[in-house]
Amino acid sequence: MITVKKLVKRFGPLTVLRELDFEVNSGEFVALLGPNGAGKTTLLRILSSLMRPTSGFVQVASYRLPSQGAFLRAKLGVVSHQPLLYGDLTAAENLQFFSKLYSIGPDRIPEILDLVGLLPRRDDLVRTFSRGMQQRLAIGRAILHNPSILLLDEPHTGLDQAAGEILDRILKEVALEGRTVVMTSHDLLRSAELASRLVLLSKGKISSSVSTVDLDPVDLVDFYKTGLQGGQS
Amino acid sequence: MLDKPRLLTGLDILSALMVLIAAALVFFYAPVEQLMGQVQKVFYFHVATAWVGMLGFMVAGVAGVLYLRTEKEKWDIAGLGAVEISLVFFMVAIIMGSIWARPIWNTWWTWDPRLTTAAIVELIYAAYLLLRSGLDDPGKRARFSAIYAIFGFFSVPLTFISIRLVRTIHPVVIGSAEAASQGGFNMDAPMKTAFFFSLAAFSVFFADLLWHRIRMGKLQSKVNQLRYQSYEKES
Amino acid sequence: MIPFLKSTAAIVWKDIKTEWRTRENLSAMLVFSLLVILIFNFALELDLRARESLAGGVLWATFIFAGTIGLNRSMAVEKDRGCLDGLLLAPVDRSAIFVGKTVGNLFFMLVVEAIVLPVYSFLYGISVFQPGFLLVVLLGSIGYSAVGTLLATMVVQTRTRDILLPILLFPLTLPVVIAAVKASQGFIQSVPFAEISVWVNILITYDLIFLAVAIMVFDYILEE
Repeated sequence: MITVKKLVKRFGPLTVLRELDFEVNSGEFVALLGPNGAGKTTLLRILSSLMRPTSGFVQVASYRLPSQGAFLRAKLGVVSHQPLLYGDLTAAENLQFFSKLYSIGPDRIPEILDLVGLLPRRDDLVRTFSRGMQQRLAIGRAILHNPSILLLDEPHTGLDQAAGEILDRILKEVALEGRTVVMTSHDLLRSAELASRLVLLSKGKISSSVSTVDLDPVDLVDFYKTGLQGGQS
Repeated sequence: MLDKPRLLTGLDILSALMVLIAAALVFFYAPVEQLMGQVQKVFYFHVATAWVGMLGFMVAGVAGVLYLRTEKEKWDIAGLGAVEISLVFFMVAIIMGSIWARPIWNTWWTWDPRLTTAAIVELIYAAYLLLRSGLDDPGKRARFSAIYAIFGFFSVPLTFISIRLVRTIHPVVIGSAEAASQGGFNMDAPMKTAFFFSLAAFSVFFADLLWHRIRMGKLQSKVNQLRYQSYEKES
Repeated sequence: MIPFLKSTAAIVWKDIKTEWRTRENLSAMLVFSLLVILIFNFALELDLRARESLAGGVLWATFIFAGTIGLNRSMAVEKDRGCLDGLLLAPVDRSAIFVGKTVGNLFFMLVVEAIVLPVYSFLYGISVFQPGFLLVVLLGSIGYSAVGTLLATMVVQTRTRDILLPILLFPLTLPVVIAAVKASQGFIQSVPFAEISVWVNILITYDLIFLAVAIMVFDYILEE
């Protein structure tokens, strides 16, 4: 579903991604882990066609990036740590606006609002929402057009325990519908629980990758630490 | 890359010689203008510096287009260099224009189309430099400033036409009776020689400066790269 | 073409709807305009003769200052919650985003002008309700909003975004200011149209050139 080969991204003299190779199969839920500055967000922004790679091969859902980004966007849902929503519109109006941009009818809106548990507050302004509610609506916005790929950039940032759990439940439901999901995160336990595979990014490269099926939660911290050391050598 | 190209050294010498010869022609070869006297000498360098400002303005616009098409760093540096040179030379031209205007028109500043347009280019390029300093990502900085230079390239001629339609008192130098009454004059042959030689000398000077600036920009970005590489090795 | 128009319309509708709800932007622009006129009134001592000869300049200075406030805010709203990314992620032609935002900004500028002009004509007894004059207001506002929207999209991505927009915008929009002031002045003083037409032509030229260039380069402002 996603193929990345020898991807390089430079910002002037600063190299963020260095010949990164990355592969995601259809239907996988991949959690991208790694310390700050490892290049997680940059990788996600390149996969979502918001950022152009400096060099390398990037293909998402059989579309080459950046040249075919326009075609990809219709099949792609993105949640970032910013909500990407308008505070002065209601929940329903936000979804209506985006459904127009995606050229789809408004039929799915009540269903989506129900899925993310915001049906009772559909006519409230988003700016009155808590951080957790905004993030749930952001997920609703991202799956509005039923995308086959979902990219999540630290969706749990700024959420309390309860809100995080609700988000997890929604993410699991969304992933069960056969979507390919890539999520960046700092939360090892949560990632291990949600994802089918953990991928560790360190210094602009994939340093290790492990399927969560074979992984004992006890070994989680080991995986992270040895992975980072491996990246340094 | 570190070695200075021979051709550039040659151009250094050539432009220095030409500017010196131009000065000699202006002061010793061209006759003193009858009505205006010595102050008319400023005219040769006033026009030549304004000409360099214009060259810089053109190069900045073209470099902007080329940068957007190719995304090559050299066009960004060339654009920036052209803007900086243009900024300095238009400033010199404006000051020389004022020195001329004071005895001839009895005022330091006139809202003459050419002078005013030069001042507006100064403002646009000051804004250009402010825009650059507000951006950290080099790619974004290059793209945004290229776009701004292109916008300036299209806007300034329209500004010039608009101001010209409002008023003009700048002398139309290649003389008519009306021009003479406003401070214009007829150039005789030695004057023309000095004038066109000055233009040529300053054009070569411009090419030399721009080349130096581009080379400096490239070295600068090389230094930055090396610095980051050494940081990475340390960490 | 149809999807292009639909997404443009959706963006304009969204901007008008949010603005209608808060009225923050419009009321700020409006109050600011009236304050500018008040300041000009005392700064220039707009007596009977000065009113006639200065009206064009005072009005356009007012529109331009007020326009800057609106432009900055309109793009800041998109940037702050990452909404710009949201727009970019939609399968929408990037130029539709530019045209949508420009039309929205133009609309707000026209609303402010539609309120300021009657007030001004009431205060100073100047007749501004002539088709030619209104055409000049429209043409000037189109050019100003187009260049302003493009520059505001750049400015919100800089560190110095609060101060940079007028510095970038004013020197580039000088042809609009000169031509619009001269043309407005011509209509106010009932100069024959033959003498005004050159200014109208400059406005049209400016609008066409800058709309075309802006649409061509807008992509470059949004990619990273």
